[in-house]
Amino acid sequence: MAQALEVESEEFRLLFQELTQGQVVNEQRVHLSVPRLADNGHSVPLRVWVDCVQSDSEHVKRLIVLSCRNPRPLIARFQFKPMQTQLSLSTRVRLNGSQRIWALAQLNDETWWGTHAQVEVTESACLDATL
Amino acid sequence: MTARIVLPIARKLGEPMDVRILIQHPMDTGFMHDVSGAAIEKNVIHSLTLEFNGEELLNAELGTGTAANPFMQFQVRVKESGEFLLKWVDDKGQMGVERAKCIFT
Repeated sequence: MAQALEVESEEFRLLFQELTQGQVVNEQRVHLSVPRLADNGHSVPLRVWVDCVQSDSEHVKRLIVLSCRNPRPLIARFQFKPMQTQLSLSTRVRLNGSQRIWALAQLNDETWWGTHAQVEVTESACLDATL
Repeated sequence: MTARIVLPIARKLGEPMDVRILIQHPMDTGFMHDVSGAAIEKNVIHSLTLEFNGEELLNAELGTGTAANPFMQFQVRVKESGEFLLKWVDDKGQMGVERAKCIFT
């Protein structure tokens, strides 16, 4: 049986509630791959994939990538058309220090699934020329 | 601003293929300052769509957490030859378009 994901902070729990409209986010199905150690937070490769064949009867409607420590937690939100492919998305993100990254997916039956991964970032993306 | 849509050279009609999108854009977060200490205004590509023959395949809402020069790779399966159309808009209202023909022989 699917288990609900646990969220560490109250602030994040509220953000989750807002994004998922109060629905429970289940563990499993969503996979997130990020490097264990990222030297530079400016550009960290990230791959999300979901165990779902993207058919008309079952597909991912929405995919959200969240960061725990960035000034704006919402990294990106995606919507896909079902094309009978495995749902997999690679992109590059900016991270403000070591943190946990979340990936949430909403299927067409309105259920939410999610996972998280820890990244250690040596140099934050929020440093600029004045420092 | 320039962009690229990269399609695999070896592709088969009706088979999944990896499509890569790359757009040249600074994705300024609004938290940074330049060398003189002046704040750099927030300017990110906030929305992006990829269409194939007029049908929307991907719709992305990006935030400041997306790295400069946004890159995306995902799987696409098409049933005919046609054209990919990538459209994006940034916070300054600047729009961009890139096309890529996808012909199956």
